[in-house]
Amino acid sequence: MYLKIAQFILILILSPFLFGVINRTKAFFAGRKGSPLLQLYYDIFKLLRKGAVYSTTTSKFFIAGPIVSLSAVLTALLLIPFAGQPALISFDGDIVLFIYLLGLARFFTVLAALDTGSSFEGMGASREVQFAMFVEPALFLSLAVLTRITGQSSLSGIFSNARMSSWVTYDPLIILVLGALFIVFLAENSRIPVDDPNTHLELTMIHEVMVLDHGGVDFAYIMYSAGIKFWLFGTLLVGIFLKGYSCGQVTASVVFILGMILLAVIVGIVESTLARLRLLKVPHFLIVALALAIVALIISMR
Amino acid sequence: MPGRILKMHNCQARLLADIPEMSFTEFRDMSINQIQKGARVVSFFGCLDENKSIRLMMILAYDKQGYLTAFSTIVKDAYDSLTLQIPQVNRFEREIFEQWGVCPKGHPWLKPIRPQQTLNNNLDNFPGKENIPLVSDFFKIKGEEIHEVAVGPVHAGIIEPGHFRFQCHGEEVFHLEISLGYQHRGIEKALINGPDKRTIHYMETAAGDTTIGHALAYCQAIEGLADCAVPLRASALRAVMLELERLANHTGDLGALANDVGYLPTAAYCGRLRGDFLNLTAFICGNRFGRNMLRPGGVRFDLTDSMINEAKQRLIKTFEDVSNAVSLLWDSSLVADRFDDTGSLSQKTALDLGLVGISARACGIEQDIRFDFPTGIFKFSQIPISTHSSGDVFARAFVRWLEIQRSVKFILDQLNKLPEGEIMAAVPLLKPKNIAVSLVEGWRGEICHVVITDINGNIRQYKIVDPSFHNWLGLAIALRGEEISDFPICNKSFSLSYCGHDL
Repeated sequence: MYLKIAQFILILILSPFLFGVINRTKAFFAGRKGSPLLQLYYDIFKLLRKGAVYSTTTSKFFIAGPIVSLSAVLTALLLIPFAGQPALISFDGDIVLFIYLLGLARFFTVLAALDTGSSFEGMGASREVQFAMFVEPALFLSLAVLTRITGQSSLSGIFSNARMSSWVTYDPLIILVLGALFIVFLAENSRIPVDDPNTHLELTMIHEVMVLDHGGVDFAYIMYSAGIKFWLFGTLLVGIFLKGYSCGQVTASVVFILGMILLAVIVGIVESTLARLRLLKVPHFLIVALALAIVALIISMR
Repeated sequence: MPGRILKMHNCQARLLADIPEMSFTEFRDMSINQIQKGARVVSFFGCLDENKSIRLMMILAYDKQGYLTAFSTIVKDAYDSLTLQIPQVNRFEREIFEQWGVCPKGHPWLKPIRPQQTLNNNLDNFPGKENIPLVSDFFKIKGEEIHEVAVGPVHAGIIEPGHFRFQCHGEEVFHLEISLGYQHRGIEKALINGPDKRTIHYMETAAGDTTIGHALAYCQAIEGLADCAVPLRASALRAVMLELERLANHTGDLGALANDVGYLPTAAYCGRLRGDFLNLTAFICGNRFGRNMLRPGGVRFDLTDSMINEAKQRLIKTFEDVSNAVSLLWDSSLVADRFDDTGSLSQKTALDLGLVGISARACGIEQDIRFDFPTGIFKFSQIPISTHSSGDVFARAFVRWLEIQRSVKFILDQLNKLPEGEIMAAVPLLKPKNIAVSLVEGWRGEICHVVITDINGNIRQYKIVDPSFHNWLGLAIALRGEEISDFPICNKSFSLSYCGHDL
């Protein structure tokens, strides 16, 4: 139990670090030095010390948005196993809770955005929800495939199940699911080619534009939620990929963290080499994830 | 009537009295007739006659024939708008309206384009006085599913102020109206009774990224009015500076386009390489934007042989890097998908709106002042016109790349055979009661300065037309039916100046 709590706290501390890795990777490709690895921590601490300004047109939903979102992703984090070890909370069917918690976080972010009455935020909210329509089923079906493979319906069960490691048997399925989850991962974390986290152009943003009016502590919550969300989806990918290893707990933890850092590097490389998709073509890209997940599900049910 | 056309050459001084003055009907028929024959409006403005009446002056360019023409008419407080027949005078008529209080009757969208004091001191209360941007109404589309998006004048990036009003249906833009004028400084008014010490500085800052372009247009106009022959070496150095300005801005724009589609490699490198070109400009004259390089009569800084060698080496080195960075842009299929068929303009629309510069050449229109109306060293060393026919964001990006290559070659040519001799000539007094039209192909497009002198040889009126003045409407039209999220790359592909428009 103490070990699990320690792991949970470790994740809380580590997750913003991965953004530093992404930025450093991008800086490397751009021939720049890049911001410090710990930049997101500095930003969060800076924002936590600031006050927030609220527009008179906003209501309580605007304030609730970041708080509910952060609470939802933190609760989802309780369900996520770490390096093959079961999570703090785990029960049969918790994958459904996991997905709905993420849905709740999105719902409140969108509500807060709409609450401002700004046309930019309205556009961002509309785009976010439109894309979620493709991403959520893909995520759901991918997890369903994993449930089929392992016979387990809890996240901890799936990722500690020995059958996951038999790459030979489930090789094509796992590759399909990895593909689907990687696209979901890029979309959910607003990365290129779906969204551009670094753009300053309000008209092209998706996630960033929804949080334009938040400041201070609220914005710190949003940034931290983004870090946690990155970890949540990263765990799904790295968890599946690393399941082949069986080794001691300490080694497994180190390998897992290295895996997450490698994932951040891969995201950095993707962002450095690809351009953003035309907004109307983003659904095409997301449908690929859905298609991969469906194919995997069909194969798993034969 | 054809006998009454006054042919003028670029930067040639003509007696003001020689400009035909006609009745308004004649003026109107003449304008429509000449436009149909392929002429293009370079400038259309009002000026005050000696007997305090307002004279509308139309300056047309015949690109293929390489000459200009001017004719005029006297108006009172209103005249029948020409915009419906000649869409390209749209903004000019609005400008005349707010500067002189002369109303173009029947103008389809008569609202002021900048907040400004009237140039007509006789007029206390002119119609556009209370009309400041954002106060006047915008074009609106009604309907439950239409939503309006207002952007600016304060923007998220470090750019100039301008207000954009979109009428959207979902992600699709039905209409875009652009409202500018936030940077109006009253340059044209401040130049009256010059030239004096400040004049050149106003020119160099009319549009900061086109310092050389506007300064060159001014210098050439003054030299034309003073009958001053610029030494050949100075002419060559001016052209080198003009092309360096083009290189820096084109490179920067290609990088910015890449940045707007989130394509990191080109964005990152072009940003730096733009700096290298600016540094090369600074290497020659001590200022990254080329300020204080040009003066009427010549240039202020000369190049020694060792400097020429270093400049050549730096140019070749930077060009290699630019080639690498830009070729990445053409190789990426994702970038091609973003650029192709985005913000397309047909050639007909471009001609109707009177677009100039890159935006016109990207629609396949062969139009380049350096080629059609050459001055200075361009009379001897010509740069071929770079065009592309698709009229979209890709075309505007690709024309920039073609021009980069040709400008580099041109600069190297000039540096290799730089004429010997002086770099500055004395400028005599300006000829009284003359007019000169000076055209320069700035990096953005055609810069037009019209100078009219008074009886003492001082500036009686100075009219500046920045290429942006022609092209802003092109951007608004190009965006119709596009996705609103593609506005940034469309905007960047035109890369227009706010302060050059606002003056």
